[in-house]
Amino acid sequence: MKKILIMTTALTGMSFAASAQEVTVLGWGGAYANSHVQAYFTPFTEETGIKIVSVDADNPATPIKAMVEANNVTIDVASVENADAIRLCDEGLLEELDASILTPAPDGTAAADDFLPGTINDCLVATDVFSTVYAYDETTFPDSPPTTIADFFDLEAFPGKRGMRKSAKVNLEMALMADGVAPGDVYDMLETDEGVDRAFAKLDTIKDSIVWWEAGAQPPQLLADGEVALTTAYNGRIFNAAQTEGKPFKMVFDGQVYEFEGWVVPKGAPNLEDAKKFIAFSTGTEPLARAAEYIPYGPPRKSSAALVGNVHGTDIPMVPNLPTAEANLANALSSSNEFWADQDTELNERFNAWLAG
Amino acid sequence: MAVETGDAAFVVFDQVQKSYDGETLVVKDLNLAIGKGEFLTMLGPSGSGKTTCLMMLAGFETATHGEILLDGRPINNIPPHRRGIGMVFQSYALFPHMTVGENLSFPLEVRGLERTLRETKVKRALEMVQMGAFAGRRPAQLSGGQQQRIALARALVFEPDLVLMDEPLGALDKQLREHMQYEIKHLHENLGITVVYVTHDQSEALTMSDRVAVFNDGVIQQLASPQDLYERPENSFVAQFIGENNKLPAKILSRVGNDVTVELPDGSTGRANAVSCGGVGSATLLSIRPERIVVDPMDDTNATDATVRELIYLGDHIRCRLSVHGSEDFIVKVPNSSRKHLLTVGQRTRVGWAAEDARALGTQ
Amino acid sequence: MAEISSSAAGPAPGRLTTADGIPLKTALAAAEARARRRALLLVLPLLLFILVTFVAPIGQMLHRSVYNPSFPQNMPATVAWIRDAPVGTAPDEAAFEALAADLRAADENKTAGVVGTRVNYEYPGSRSMFTKAARAADKITPPFRAAFEDLDSDWTDPELWQAMRATASAYTANFYLAALDRTRDVAGHVVQVEEDRQVYVKLFVRTLALSLLITVLTFFLAYPIAHLLATLPLRHSNLLMIFVLLPFWTSLLVRTTAWIVLLQSQGVVNNTLVASGLVADEARIQMIYNQTGTVVAMTHILLPFMVLPLYSVMRPINPSYVRAARSLGATSWTAFRRIYFPQTIPGIGAGALLVFILAVGYYITPALVGGSDGQLISNLIAFHMTKSLNWSMAAALAAILLAGVLVLYWLYDRLIGIDNLKLG
Repeated sequence: MKKILIMTTALTGMSFAASAQEVTVLGWGGAYANSHVQAYFTPFTEETGIKIVSVDADNPATPIKAMVEANNVTIDVASVENADAIRLCDEGLLEELDASILTPAPDGTAAADDFLPGTINDCLVATDVFSTVYAYDETTFPDSPPTTIADFFDLEAFPGKRGMRKSAKVNLEMALMADGVAPGDVYDMLETDEGVDRAFAKLDTIKDSIVWWEAGAQPPQLLADGEVALTTAYNGRIFNAAQTEGKPFKMVFDGQVYEFEGWVVPKGAPNLEDAKKFIAFSTGTEPLARAAEYIPYGPPRKSSAALVGNVHGTDIPMVPNLPTAEANLANALSSSNEFWADQDTELNERFNAWLAG
Repeated sequence: MAVETGDAAFVVFDQVQKSYDGETLVVKDLNLAIGKGEFLTMLGPSGSGKTTCLMMLAGFETATHGEILLDGRPINNIPPHRRGIGMVFQSYALFPHMTVGENLSFPLEVRGLERTLRETKVKRALEMVQMGAFAGRRPAQLSGGQQQRIALARALVFEPDLVLMDEPLGALDKQLREHMQYEIKHLHENLGITVVYVTHDQSEALTMSDRVAVFNDGVIQQLASPQDLYERPENSFVAQFIGENNKLPAKILSRVGNDVTVELPDGSTGRANAVSCGGVGSATLLSIRPERIVVDPMDDTNATDATVRELIYLGDHIRCRLSVHGSEDFIVKVPNSSRKHLLTVGQRTRVGWAAEDARALGTQ
Repeated sequence: MAEISSSAAGPAPGRLTTADGIPLKTALAAAEARARRRALLLVLPLLLFILVTFVAPIGQMLHRSVYNPSFPQNMPATVAWIRDAPVGTAPDEAAFEALAADLRAADENKTAGVVGTRVNYEYPGSRSMFTKAARAADKITPPFRAAFEDLDSDWTDPELWQAMRATASAYTANFYLAALDRTRDVAGHVVQVEEDRQVYVKLFVRTLALSLLITVLTFFLAYPIAHLLATLPLRHSNLLMIFVLLPFWTSLLVRTTAWIVLLQSQGVVNNTLVASGLVADEARIQMIYNQTGTVVAMTHILLPFMVLPLYSVMRPINPSYVRAARSLGATSWTAFRRIYFPQTIPGIGAGALLVFILAVGYYITPALVGGSDGQLISNLIAFHMTKSLNWSMAAALAAILLAGVLVLYWLYDRLIGIDNLKLG
């Protein structure tokens, strides 16, 4: 309903966000939007008196382009994935955001230093981090469970099939990390032919044991069916299967590849100043920590990590499930959207050729 | 009925029974001997078992009980392709993807005949049915009558001793059908083959056959030459099925040999020829052919009152429907001669017949 | 008589006219024109529907496979320089000046990403070069060549300039070259891509081979079923037909998932084999997530498309044909081979063509159960449509596939005859 409203207002040129004391936020809906309402919207309105109007879209990145080009922007803030934000930013559809508007950490650390590297860029301020990790069924390896990304590629110590996403992205990074490359060197190495060869050589060692998945719902199912012993997966999916369905699934964050999403402001947003206020508030240390209690997506600020409590409504600590937990970040890689924007064609061609061969 | 086993018995059905569902018999205790060179027709209404008999003979159905012999050999366990029987189907069953020549050549090919011999035989068979110029055509390009001839030629090309025909003329129009009847008859006479022919058309049966077996309800009702069948039906089914027939109920007053005196419903008496009637005092049905009845007869012995109800002009004769003894559809065929009686509707007149033309049958 | 007399007065001797002197052909055309107009009005909605929903999108797709204006639209000065310079010319200062001017404009219009994406198809890694250079466009000052070299040494790479040359024309055959594992070298010659990037030709061949195998398998499975359907009494054949059609009424995903449940290594078939002792627990057979999985699942899914045309040609075949053949002396095998089988060829042709064409375009099933070696070319088309967003590449692959299917169709027409096709 709200989506229709956006579209009609976009077309007729009416602006319903006329009041200065209102910020319209375009989100994803579902459990994710709920975490936003609880952790950001309600406290923000309580503190500032500015009302939040929440609207949903299948992918909030999609309507932005239409609105900006029609010169009829009705939203102030949108939650989009980093890859989309870079694209929209390159096309000049987003307001540039200055890190100086963000609130510093409680200990006085500037926001630019408190946020994880790369999670603030020209047009986006990250709100949460989601990750590709690998998971296993506890009952399969009761005595000595796998603990490192190298274990995922170790067929002798951990026999069984491996589930992996059918795409070059993430797999190449994990292969290099498993081969002993430090996360910081992964993308430099992948820029070179030798690095790519090395990644594919590592993948070759388990190629015959790989079951490929494409949709995020598949890996928990493959694990549950016993079809694979270890599988890469999105951390939220495994968390859900473990928490709500009680499956004995364990995640290994060593060698995880994380990505993030966050706030962007469309060019020509009607309440630009209030929108910036909202972004500054919601990306504060405390609200980011609260949001992570509702959904296992990690806060992108180092200072938030310690404040994350239990999974909302239970007495299970959320922190071990977060990609951004201190322990989980020991050997972790931030996915590089720039690298993939450049190398996507070539590496996927190579990957497809490797797959077909 | 006993098997008439002559020396020339070529096909013999010996106590053959057939059931499809294990509950009812389609063919009940069939005994039949067919002589070599004979043209035998199985005639009967649909569902009378005649086609089943033909299919058992061809090998497409197996007899539930009894034995079928071909030239003295039992053939129950011989598959159809080794029986060497030619067959013409009602639908012709000409192979649509082959030319006429290929159709005819097929039985010779599967018999391993060499090519030149095949070509000679195909040519001869086509000429036999006056279709010599059509070897290159496809069946779909031929008329019904032409297809019929090809089907015939194909059944004959490998020179079988026995040819079965399953209502082969059923799909043709009346004129063509009559023409083909003569052709088949002549082929049979010229080639000296044995033909078993199935039809439900009695005039076809009478025209072509040496003998006709009239089937009804899985039993042969009468097996006789066409003439006997027409002139001397053995029961009222045969009488009714073969040709037109007037029936008058009567009572037998006396009987001397085959000569019976009967009493008609109006009390008048007449004489008739006993065929399958009971003894004195029993009821009977007088069967009289319409063309044997005379209007306004000279003789008064076998005559009765009648009222003209309807007149139909048919060219060579006039068909009169009369009311006789309460029967409203008593038919008389009056020849259209120059000295015809000028009957009018509603006119009262008298009709009569010869004693030997009135056949006293049992009432069933 | 009137026709004869008026024909004598008609325009040309021997041409027939109507009573009032109009040539017969004209009169006939006039009389039929009305009926034709009305008939046209009746089919007009369908015609428009097909034009809008079918012909237009396919035409657009084919156009897209040879047309990509991103570069010439946004880089006019560079394109002008490339036009004037012969192939192989090293970029001079003027070239870099043009490039700098274009990038300044691109930065203002925010089109650097679009341009970079286009060049990136030909020269991997160049997308970020364009976006970075556009962002820094204001700071690029003469000498331009040195300024660009400072930004990224790859700016002077002849291969990059060859790539820009390739994209300078909106119309290009490069997507077709790429779809056949070919590319242009610096001198503009068509060469094969490196061996570890060759994938499309291999997948085209595999798609054809697997589709052929699936067609043959469906034929051998469907022929007896169709024969049974055609010869059973209607009462039983209807029930059997429902079983045949049941897969039609189930979602493709459900059917594919059912095969996963059945065939996976912890699945029903393997469990049964292990329980019965035929297969050791550690030697479970891999029947899914490979070519076997693709072939099994697709054979099952496409089976009705073979059964139905076969059934429709078998049903009207009179049993008396085979009986006639038998009575003429043919064994049952000969009767089948010479008489029955040839009459079913139109159905075999239709079924085979249907199954083959559908198999060639399948992608959901191979994506789910094909693992790595059970992938078909359509999976790569889907990949370029939905993931890499290189629609021109997807269009080129699809166009080659379409051309292949049309060639097969033509071959079929030459060998069997298209009028011998019976779909039902």
